[in-house]
Amino acid sequence: MKERILVIGNGMAGIRCVEEIVKLEPNAYDITVIGKERTPAYDRIQLSTVLQGNGTVDELLIKPLDWYDEQKVTLRTDEAVTEIDKDQRLVYTNKGGALPYDRLIIATGSNPFIIPFPGIDKKGVITFRDIDDCNAMIESAKTKRKAVVIGGGLLGLEAARGLLNLNMEVSVVHNTDALMDRQLDATASKMLKDELEQQGMTFLMEKETTHVTGDEHVSGLAFKDGEEIEADLVVMAVGIKPNIALASETGLETNRGIVVDDFMKTSHPGIYAVGECAEHRGIAYGLVAPLYEQAAVLAKSISGDESGPYEGSVVFTKLKVSGVDVFSAGLFQEEEGVKAIRIHDESEGIYKKIMIADQKIVGTVMFGDTSDSSRILSYMRSEMNVEKMKKVALLEPEEDGGDDLVASMPESEIVCGCNGVTKGCITKAIQDQGLRTVGEIKGCTNASRSCGGCQPLVSQILEHTLGDVFDASDQQEPICGCTSLSRNEIVEAIREKGIQTTKEVYHVLDFENKEGCSKCRPSLNYYLGMLFPEEYEDEAASRFVNERMHANIQNDGTFSVVPRMYGGVTTSDQLRKIAEVSDKYEIKMLKVTGGQRIDMLGAKKDDLPSIWADLDMPSGYAYGKALRTVKTCVGEQFCRFGTQDSIGLGVRLEKKFERLQTPHKVKMAVSACPRSCAESGFKDVGIIGVDGAWELYVGGNGGINVQGGHLLATVTTDEEVMKTTGAYLQYYRETANYLERTSAWVERVGIDHVKEVLSDEEEKNNLNNRIDIALRATRDPWKEALEDRTVRQQFETILQP
Amino acid sequence: MPVQASKVNTSKVNIGRIEDFPQQSGKTVEVLKWSIAVFHLSNGSMQAVENKCPHKGGPLAEGIICGDHVYCPLHDWKISTKDGKVQEPDTGCVQTFPVDVEDGYVYLTIE
Repeated sequence: MKERILVIGNGMAGIRCVEEIVKLEPNAYDITVIGKERTPAYDRIQLSTVLQGNGTVDELLIKPLDWYDEQKVTLRTDEAVTEIDKDQRLVYTNKGGALPYDRLIIATGSNPFIIPFPGIDKKGVITFRDIDDCNAMIESAKTKRKAVVIGGGLLGLEAARGLLNLNMEVSVVHNTDALMDRQLDATASKMLKDELEQQGMTFLMEKETTHVTGDEHVSGLAFKDGEEIEADLVVMAVGIKPNIALASETGLETNRGIVVDDFMKTSHPGIYAVGECAEHRGIAYGLVAPLYEQAAVLAKSISGDESGPYEGSVVFTKLKVSGVDVFSAGLFQEEEGVKAIRIHDESEGIYKKIMIADQKIVGTVMFGDTSDSSRILSYMRSEMNVEKMKKVALLEPEEDGGDDLVASMPESEIVCGCNGVTKGCITKAIQDQGLRTVGEIKGCTNASRSCGGCQPLVSQILEHTLGDVFDASDQQEPICGCTSLSRNEIVEAIREKGIQTTKEVYHVLDFENKEGCSKCRPSLNYYLGMLFPEEYEDEAASRFVNERMHANIQNDGTFSVVPRMYGGVTTSDQLRKIAEVSDKYEIKMLKVTGGQRIDMLGAKKDDLPSIWADLDMPSGYAYGKALRTVKTCVGEQFCRFGTQDSIGLGVRLEKKFERLQTPHKVKMAVSACPRSCAESGFKDVGIIGVDGAWELYVGGNGGINVQGGHLLATVTTDEEVMKTTGAYLQYYRETANYLERTSAWVERVGIDHVKEVLSDEEEKNNLNNRIDIALRATRDPWKEALEDRTVRQQFETILQP
Repeated sequence: MPVQASKVNTSKVNIGRIEDFPQQSGKTVEVLKWSIAVFHLSNGSMQAVENKCPHKGGPLAEGIICGDHVYCPLHDWKISTKDGKVQEPDTGCVQTFPVDVEDGYVYLTIE
């Protein structure tokens, strides 16, 4: 029979132990997890994210239910352990269970700390610890207005931000004169308070609550100084205390937490404790990072390996409130032998402090910019000597110290924040698996697979790791893993051989997968359409969902609908229509977009065709790799500074180029003067009116890698704007890689090269002729869907009778 | 407009004519509390999986289909429509359901 491991507590610590155990010794034990909560283990630290409206409870589950089956772990939810018989090695539960074990892991976590002042048991007073609390806040926000949070620490502030997002009036009561005073110094604390006040929170500092007022339901709080505050909801978030009741009843040694040694063993053989309920060397941690380290030591210890004891954790705190970057680790106040390096940039609202003792970092506080946090933390953990490092620099010119930066980066530093991939993980994959391109790294490690913001860094790591073996020409990458051919080779072959469908491409060019993948099929569909605009029959099955549904898919599977508003100009009739359609189809939110139009969010897939029919407006292509919007400023029609008709030109551009398919989305803007109110400076095509002329800026981007536009041309007439824009867009369509924004494309081919191509009048005319052919072949997709029964069918859901 | 499916018995459900399922595409079927993605692959076979990516619950019926695999429309996870397994480097799996075609009608079996 396998040894039986029983885990009490179905939270982050319990499940992490199980994960570590099965990773180390798969199928070696008979594991049972028993927990009070109804749901399987979920990521408790993300609860504030759910409360702030940025996710759902379902997304929090640490492991899907299938995982428990696969790992043959028995999960008993909604069941509480009532007694441990440590001599018989049995636990009893409130459901009458008597479960034998060989080893017992106690991971009962902690309980919210409740100050027992009078009236605390009134309705409307809650804590912030679990999913039920989260739901209670969301429910209460539907009918109640005034919320008071007791506690200006991490938990309290995250709860307060969540309640603000739920449209409640939020006051935070704190007992000292500084927020987060256990993690921040006075300067950072003050900056945090100012920022949160800006966001709409009210603070009552240095207040001590004496009792809760109200009859059955809370009506407010009374303070020691005689003042009172009204409240419909009170959230107590003053801290946590380890949940040790069961352990102390069992006779295990407890102090603040359950006392454990360096191998997570309690005072009784065969019983371990881990996570927030455990106390190691006098410290009971209330954060998540230590439990990961503890779980790993525990798993090794169970397997008989006691080579690496747990020696405590360097903990850090990060406040999860949107728009506020706060980071703190280790010491944060000056004391004997500890000196601080401070940077305080008031113009940018950035404050950083690093605490140094014996040439080592022993603590840090950061506000406003926490991009250095993982680097500093790893210096701190490795106790690196910082004596020789440059401590402070002032207004140094920008420089690209790429390779040095990569070399000095510790292996444990996170490179890809979206997928949690470290530098070490990337270098190991490069070395062990002989990777040569960023694409391969992406496929192997997930680094830069989500937002792509870290791709330049991944590329630098690749170059650094490979050294002389690095070959830039390797980076002329195949378009995906299905082929070894690059974009140019494929486009050339399609052109030469006159290939007409993606299927032919796969067979003629001998791709490995004969139906390609989600990368190459949409690319090929684009290239074929670009090369043969009149003949090519677009393949819906080769388009991403948004371009098939002509709407943007949202995280909950609903869609968003954006009708076109030329130049951002609308009418009262259009607005009435949008309002009516919105009511009729129960649109969840109407939002004004950054591109000066209206986004109707939360539309059901089945309703899309009817919504388009009722709107009777052109598609805004907000979902497409196509011309999105032309943003305009008010211009000479109304503006006292405007010298040009920006709206007129914007509308003309949008009417001409709407529905144009491009390698990636294209955003334009027209501003009537250099104040550039339409933000023309970082658009794919941005036009700015100057005295008697228009300036055309191209290749700008306001997204992942912010990039100012490059001046392409200065022209005097609207006609020339149209012609230059047409030629520029067509050249982009013909030479860019699919999914390459104009900013990356201009960067790659060079603005001077683009200027040179467009300086040839004949070439300019040819490009314009070709774009006109492509434009003539387009039709409004919403109208098309309404006219064609088979297209409409794809929006239908089949329902149970 | 939603289309009504008709029920043959508790576990086998008629979900329509095969020509209502265009090849190389997916369709959402809501039946017996399940949301199921039914795929008509280009080799002519039909496959059905739970319409919920194990990652963030993305509707798999809207994904791009390549051979036997579907790519989740939310974050591009690649999942086999045959056995429901998530492909490397991601992990996990989705439940699959038997689909049969008889006399041009498509039947979904739910246990």
